[in-house]
Amino acid sequence: MDNFYRDNADILFHMRNQDLTRVIDLREDGFSNKEDSPYAPKDQADTLDNYDRVLEIVGEIAGSFAAPRAREVDEEGATFADGKVTYPKGIRETIARLNQADLAGFTTAREYGGINMPMSIFSTAIEIISRADASLMLVFGLQGLSDTIGKFGSKEQKERLLPRFASGEVMGSMALTEPDSGSDLQSVMLRAQHDEDGTWRLNGVKRFITNGCGDVSLVMARSEEGSTSGRGLSLFIYERDQDMKVRRIEHKLGIKGSPTCELQFNNAKAELLGKRKLGLIKYTIYLMNGARLAVAAQSVGIAEAAYRDAYAYAKDRDQFKKPICDFAVIYEMLTDMKVAIEAARSLVYETSRIVDIKEGIEDRIEKHPDRAADLKADLKRYTKLASLFTPLAKSSAAEMANKVCYDAIQIHGGVGFTSEFNVERYYRDARITNIYEGTTQLQALAAMGGIIAGVVSERLSEYEENNDFSSITELFQAAQKMRSHLEMAISYIKEKADPVYQEFHTTRLVNMTTDVIHAYLLCRDALHSERKKTVAQLFINKANLRIKSTLDYILADDHSLIDLHAEVIDRED
Amino acid sequence: MGLRMIVTVKQVPDTHNVSGDAMKEDGTVNRAALPTIFNPEDLNALEEALKIKESTGGTVTCISMGPPNAVDVLKECLYRGADDVILISDRRFAGADTLATSYALKCAIEQVGEYDLILCGRQAIDGDTAQVGPQIAEKLNINQLTCVSAVTAIDEQSITAKRSVEDGYEIVKSRFPVLLTITATANEPRTANAKKVMTYKNIGKEICNTSYDESYMAAEACAVLNHVKEWNVETIGADPIQCGLSGSPTKVKKIQSVVLAGCESKQVTNTDAGVTDLVHELIKENIIG
Repeated sequence: MDNFYRDNADILFHMRNQDLTRVIDLREDGFSNKEDSPYAPKDQADTLDNYDRVLEIVGEIAGSFAAPRAREVDEEGATFADGKVTYPKGIRETIARLNQADLAGFTTAREYGGINMPMSIFSTAIEIISRADASLMLVFGLQGLSDTIGKFGSKEQKERLLPRFASGEVMGSMALTEPDSGSDLQSVMLRAQHDEDGTWRLNGVKRFITNGCGDVSLVMARSEEGSTSGRGLSLFIYERDQDMKVRRIEHKLGIKGSPTCELQFNNAKAELLGKRKLGLIKYTIYLMNGARLAVAAQSVGIAEAAYRDAYAYAKDRDQFKKPICDFAVIYEMLTDMKVAIEAARSLVYETSRIVDIKEGIEDRIEKHPDRAADLKADLKRYTKLASLFTPLAKSSAAEMANKVCYDAIQIHGGVGFTSEFNVERYYRDARITNIYEGTTQLQALAAMGGIIAGVVSERLSEYEENNDFSSITELFQAAQKMRSHLEMAISYIKEKADPVYQEFHTTRLVNMTTDVIHAYLLCRDALHSERKKTVAQLFINKANLRIKSTLDYILADDHSLIDLHAEVIDRED
Repeated sequence: MGLRMIVTVKQVPDTHNVSGDAMKEDGTVNRAALPTIFNPEDLNALEEALKIKESTGGTVTCISMGPPNAVDVLKECLYRGADDVILISDRRFAGADTLATSYALKCAIEQVGEYDLILCGRQAIDGDTAQVGPQIAEKLNINQLTCVSAVTAIDEQSITAKRSVEDGYEIVKSRFPVLLTITATANEPRTANAKKVMTYKNIGKEICNTSYDESYMAAEACAVLNHVKEWNVETIGADPIQCGLSGSPTKVKKIQSVVLAGCESKQVTNTDAGVTDLVHELIKENIIG
C-alpha cells in the first residue's frame, strides 16, 4: 500500500527537525483541553505523535485511494446538468473516505468536533493530498473556510455550523470573485440589503467560485449602498437554498475534478458574519491568506508528483545505451527540480509556523485578556511576518511547481506530451496555482510593502542570531553574500523613491527576497543533515548568480523598458 | 436489528520481506525476524463487519490469538471502529498450527457468548492455508460460507452472500449463526479514524512494551486495561494439550521466499494459429492442462 507521507523522506525530515514547541503550546493552550476530550493530547510529545499518526492516515488515503483514482477524476471531470453539479466518482469516493477518517474538521477545535491540527500540519496534509490529486485538494483544503467562521462568527454560528463542517456533512465555498472583480476585489458589486425585518438578502452574480455548489458559502457583498470602496463590503454566510442557482461551470485546462461555478443569487437569505464593513479588509484578507498558504502547499504536492515521475522515467529510459538520467542535461534538470521542491517546502512550512504562532497568539489574547499586554509586541511582529511570508511562499511555490512540471514533461520527451503518462495532468493542474487566490504578480505587490519596510531584514537577522551556523561557515557566508546583494537592491530602490521604478522592479525584488530566504532556510536545514548541506550548496550556487545579475539590472537605473514598451506592444509597422 | 459480529484477525509477518532467518529450527515462523502487519484479508473481514454494522446496526468484537504485541492489530481494529477487542495470548498457544489455532479461537468465541455472524479473512499470508475459518465453523457446528466476495442481502434471520468458486460465483443464503470467510475483492478496507487513533493509541502500552514471557506473567494485571482484554488458556476454558505445539499435528519442513519474476517476453500473433501454438506450449510446459 502506498503511503504518501511515509514514503516522503523530506517531509519526514521536517517532521523530525522542525521546532513546533511554541505552535503546540499555543494550539493546545497549555494542554488545558486534555480532560474535555478523549482524543486530546496530554503533552508535547503526545501531540507530535498525534500529528505523525494523522498524517499517516492522510498519506494512506492519498497514496492508496486518491492517487489511483486521479486519472479517472481528470478524465470524467465535474459535470453540470439541469442546474446540478456532479463531482467525479473518484472525488466523491475519496471525500467519503476522508470523512470516515474524521479528517474533515482538520483544523477545527475539538469542542466543535474537529481534530485541532495546526496550519503546519494542515499544509503537509494538503501537500500530500495534492500529490495524489490536485483537484481533490480543493475540497479538502476548502474546509479551511470554516476557520473563518470559527474566528469571526458568533457563538451561535459556530455551534450551528462548525460541527457540520467537521463531520463532513457540509462542504463550502468562498464566493468572492465576480465577472468584473478578480484581482481587484474592492469593486465587488453583489448587493446585500436589509429586509424590513432585518434579514439580509443577496442579489447578484459570482464567478469562478470553486466548489460554489457547496452547502455553505461565504459571500462577499456590498452591504453599504452607494459605497464604492472595499470598506462598503461585508461577508455573509449563505446556506444553500432555492434562491441561489448555479448557472454554469467552467471548462478548464486543469483541476477538472473540482467544479468552478458561476452563481446567481436571487434575493437569497444570508446572515452577516462578524461586523459590517469588515468583509474585505479583515475577514476576506484572513480567508484569502489561509487559501494562499493552502495553494502554496498544493503547489509543492503537484511538483513532488511530477518530480517523482520524471525521476523514475529518467532512471528507466535508456537512450544511446544508457539511462537518460546519466546525461548531464537530464540530471541537472532533476537536481534543480528536487532542490527547488525542498526549498519551497522549507518556506511553506516556515510560513505555516509563522501563521500558527500569529493565530495562536490571537487566540490566547482572546482567551486570556489579562495576558494581552505581554503578547502584543509579539503579535505585531508575527502579523507582519505572516503578511510577508504568505505571498512569498504562495508565489514562489506556484512558479516552482509550473517549472518542475514543465521540466517533468521535457524529461519524458514525446510520451510526456501524451495522456499515457501523468505528467501532462500535473502540468495542467499546476497552471492554476500561480493564478488563483491572487496571481503571482498580485502576490508580489502584497509582499513589496514588507520588503521595503524592513521586515525581511529583521527576519534574516533573527535567523542569524537564533542559529549557530559555525558548522557550515563557508556555506552560510555565501548566503549572507546573497543577503547583502538583496539589501543593496532594497536600499537603492528606497533611496530612489521613484514609484514607477519601484513598481517596475517589484517582481525582481520579490524574487531576490525569496531566493535569500530560501538560502537561509536551507542553511538552517543543513544544520540537521549532511545531505541538506549539499542541497543548500547547490541552491546557493545558482541563486547567487541570479541575484547578482538582478542586482546589476536594478542598479543600472535602466528606464528603457518603462519608456519604450508602448512603442513595441502598441504599434505595428 | 443489531447483529452480534465476531471478527478474527491475525498479525502476520510481512511476507514481502522474508529473509533467511524466517523459520526457526522447530519449523515455526520466526516472528521476531520479520516486520509484522495486519493480515490483509482480515482487514477485508473487518471492513465487511463494519459495513454491516453501519447498515443494520450491531456490534463488532475482534479476536486475535498471538504474542502480546499482537495487541497492535487489535488496536488497529479499534482505530477502524470495532466495539471490543480480545487478545488470546499465552505461552501455551505458541507454535499452533491451524488445528490448534481454530480450537483456541473456538473456545474464545464460546467465551464471548452469543453471536450471529463470525467473519474471518479467507486466508493469512504467512501460511496461506485458508483452513482456520472453516475449522472454527466445524468446531462450533455452524454453517460456513467461504470465499465470500460480496454480501448481497441481510435480514433478521439470514445473510445472502456471493461466493467465488472456481468457474464463477454462486449466491448462497444461510441462517444465523454463520461463519463467513472474506476475500480481498470484497471491499476496499477503510483507513484508521483520526479521532479513534488519538483516543486508543496509548492504551495497552504495558503489554506492548514487555517481552512475551514477562507480559504473560503480567497478563492478569493488564486484563482490565481500557478495551483490550487479554485472555489465556484458563480464561477461555481450553484443554492445554489441544493448544500450541502439542495440539498441532502439522510439521513444517522448510519455508523460503520464492520470487517469481518475468525474464523474457514473447509476442503471440492474434490469429487462431498463434493462440493454438501458445496453448500447446503452455501444456507442454505443464503450466496448464
